[in-house]
Amino acid sequence: MSDLSRRERMKRAPVAMPERAPDVRRTDFEEVNDGYTPEMAVAEAERCLFCARPTCVTGCPVGVDILEFVRLVGAGEFLEAADVIAADNSMPAVCGRVCPQETQCEGACVLAKKGKPIHIGHLERFVADHARNLGSTVPTPAARTGKRVAVVGSGPAGIACAGDLVGAGHEVTVFEALHELGGVLAYGIPEFRLPKAIVAAEIDRLRKRGVEFETNAVIGMVDTVDDLLTVEGFDAVFLGVGAGLPRFLDIPGENLIGVYSASEFLTRVNLMRAYSGESDTPLIDVQGKSVVVFGAGNTAMDAARTAVRLGGAPVRIAYRRSPDEIPARNEEVAHAEAEGVVLTTLVAPTELTGDEDGRLTGVRLQRMRLGESDTDGRRRPEPKPGEFIDVEVDVAIIAIGNMPNPLLLRATPDLDRTERETVVADVDTGLTSKPGVFAGGDIVTGGATVIMAMGAGRRAARAIDEFLRTETARRS
Amino acid sequence: MSTILEARVLVPDVKLFRVHAPKIARKHRAGQFVIVRVSPDGERIPLTIAAADPEAGSITLVVQAVGKTTTLLNALETGDEILDLAGPLGTPSEVARFGMVVVVGGGVGTAVTYPSAVALSQAGNTVIAVIGARSRTHLLFETELAAVCDEVHPCTDDGSFGRHGFVTDALADLVATRKVDRVLAAGPIAMMAAVAETTRPYDVPTVASLNPIMVDGTGMCGGCRVSVGGVNRFACLDGPDFDAHLVDFHLLEQRNRAYAGWEAARRDELGPCAAVPVVVDGAAS
Ligand SMILES: Cc1cc2nc3c(=O)[nH]c(=O)nc-3n(C[C@H](O)[C@H](O)[C@H](O)COP(=O)(O)OP(=O)(O)OC[C@H]3O[C@@H](n4cnc5c(N)ncnc54)[C@H](O)[C@@H]3O)c2cc1C
Ligand SMILES: Cc1cc2nc3c(=O)[nH]c(=O)nc-3n(C[C@H](O)[C@H](O)[C@H](O)COP(=O)(O)OP(=O)(O)OC[C@H]3O[C@@H](n4cnc5c(N)ncnc54)[C@H](O)[C@@H]3O)c2cc1C
Ligand code: SF4
Ligand code: SF4
Ligand code: FES
Repeated sequence: MSDLSRRERMKRAPVAMPERAPDVRRTDFEEVNDGYTPEMAVAEAERCLFCARPTCVTGCPVGVDILEFVRLVGAGEFLEAADVIAADNSMPAVCGRVCPQETQCEGACVLAKKGKPIHIGHLERFVADHARNLGSTVPTPAARTGKRVAVVGSGPAGIACAGDLVGAGHEVTVFEALHELGGVLAYGIPEFRLPKAIVAAEIDRLRKRGVEFETNAVIGMVDTVDDLLTVEGFDAVFLGVGAGLPRFLDIPGENLIGVYSASEFLTRVNLMRAYSGESDTPLIDVQGKSVVVFGAGNTAMDAARTAVRLGGAPVRIAYRRSPDEIPARNEEVAHAEAEGVVLTTLVAPTELTGDEDGRLTGVRLQRMRLGESDTDGRRRPEPKPGEFIDVEVDVAIIAIGNMPNPLLLRATPDLDRTERETVVADVDTGLTSKPGVFAGGDIVTGGATVIMAMGAGRRAARAIDEFLRTETARRS
Repeated sequence: MSTILEARVLVPDVKLFRVHAPKIARKHRAGQFVIVRVSPDGERIPLTIAAADPEAGSITLVVQAVGKTTTLLNALETGDEILDLAGPLGTPSEVARFGMVVVVGGGVGTAVTYPSAVALSQAGNTVIAVIGARSRTHLLFETELAAVCDEVHPCTDDGSFGRHGFVTDALADLVATRKVDRVLAAGPIAMMAAVAETTRPYDVPTVASLNPIMVDGTGMCGGCRVSVGGVNRFACLDGPDFDAHLVDFHLLEQRNRAYAGWEAARRDELGPCAAVPVVVDGAAS
């Protein structure tokens, strides 16, 4: 590969991700993207310019050594590439699939200006899947320290933290409130975007490395954080409980039957498998029904595409800003549209209407226009007076974000939090105002990304390791 | 997995389970519930902790078979395992020295009021229980409540035992003739709504233990939202107890019927006599 000139590299077209045809995939829950073949991966890697100052790396929140792993892919050394990624990223199979690459690594790639960034995410996914399919080895454990750490929450923050702590020789128990492990990766992001088997394999690996998992353990209710530190004898606690409390619109009709939060809709489908005939968890019949989703983040795209797969027609996304402001990953928006999701922008719901049985029948949408720029630089949507659209709908899904769940926080009053109810924690260490208690992920940042949660979990693991070692030194 | 230490039928379609759950037993306070799942494809359903024994490390559940999950659960026997059990969940009932408290239980709701009756009695209140059922054979927890309450007023729809009539008839007499300081109600929605109307003219603080449909039970889905005083509250986080005079019972009733057709089909899969339809025991409607 090294014999390609810079010019030749720049001339090559990016290798597209092979995907299943929209009219086929919209009828099932199988993964949409097929993944690169080894030949495709090598060809894509060969486009990399191996920049003297690889800007891509600065775009990655955890600083994956992209140049080096892409170089190894280009040389066909896939397992070595996997090792390079693993140094910074404990879940590349997940991140390769769900990172918002266009605003992170790929957005920072020098080739992005030409609209042809290296498909770093696709390559990362390929390398991780390749390594997993070969049956990756379980690292030999470090010498036992005799220290015990409780990790609360099994989302990406908790999983990443647990992995590094067990690697450092500590005993780790992960406590999860639900009956299944994985956090949003299990109950939020659908199978067609992130197969559950990938998350399960990651958790299985942690189990093999000695991490204990306790499901149905609602910390704050059954054991408090203080109980973990005193009664249960843990030396430190990591809180990775996410931001799982759904936000509602606060408009009339929001309690009509057929109005769901995205969390409820996706939980019923993903976690409780309401799409399979075997599941005992009901869902409002979506087949042939008109569905509207409010919001345009990843959650909204997931809800809309799930509704398409359940037979919803038409399925519409109603977003109050313009297409330029859509926060979801570009790929998800493109996939949603290809699958038939209708995007209606610059509209905001003002009222939901129903029949005498309390079932949803319609929504009134207010037309919006963009006004002055907000503090975050985005132009603020404002109503166009008197301009409304009335749409008949049977199912409405609210996907306008989440807030931290107060359940654990109420039981831990000595934990400092912000006015947004997120936990105050040091960016580099995750240390909270409570001694021995660390936090990271969405509970600290508010709804963010998988890679940011994972990065925070790993930084906290490092700090917890340090804390436990200095503790020992001080005590002896 | 949680082992069933004891299972016995109390009245037709209602079974009592004592389940091994030492941590939940230690933490439980009156008014809290657990989320239970009985099979790998099973639904998560909420059930009130009817009693807890921290020494024995067990909690008691009283379950009425109304649909698929409760029917499957009630088919379990001593020694069987419950697949998933999470709790205690919910905000505990307010327990203080109020004076005279009437607890009103309809059908399986009678078991729901029991831990509160115990706690209120221990807190020094005069506790009167008004309990209702279709007939004598369906009356629950009468002896248990008699042991902790100052008075028990049973009511049956058919007059086969106690007062012939609804729990609200007995409650109306009590609030008219005695100085009742607080009322706590648990049972069918129609009954709780009627209790609220009975006490409203007397301004007696009244609390209802609501039973909306839940999924996670931890504040994650918002499916359990109820309207209280015009404001949406999550019953699994801020409840299940709410000020009955402020609850929109009509909305709760409607929302609990969301999956009625689907549920009936699932129940029928279990066979024709697997479960009886939901009976509004002791309701005033
Ligand atoms: C539908 C959806 C799609 C998304 N798509 C993307 C995407 O494409 N790309 C991307 O980067 N990000 C995406 N995100 C955001 C991303 O999933 C989150 O930022 C990330 O999962 C946060 O990780 P976390 O570990 O902090 O929390 P979570 O993943 O939320 O995990 C927290 C876990 O803690 C458990 N828990 C909570 N309270 C307790 C308690 N008291 N005791 C015990 N356990 C508790 C919860 O049940 C949960 O399992 C998406 C989010 C959603 C909802
Ligand atoms: C906080 C709380 C405490 C409860 N405590 C008890 C108890 O101690 N003993 C007891 O027998 N029952 C109790 N219930 C009700 C019990 O959860 C339901 O009977 C059960 O979920 C029905 O499930 P199913 O599959 O058997 O019936 P389904 O076929 O699902 O439904 C039958 C009926 O139950 C209602 N229902 C369905 N799903 C739920 C749900 N998730 N939550 C509530 N109601 C539902 C439906 O409206 C329907 O009328 C409680 C409910 C709540 C919210
Ligand atoms: S972790 Fe995410 S941002 Fe970083 S290189 Fe991988 S795909 Fe890009
Ligand atoms: S910036 Fe782009 S071209 Fe340069 S090293 Fe990174 S991936 Fe390769
Ligand atoms: S049951 Fe999901 S929020 Fe209450």
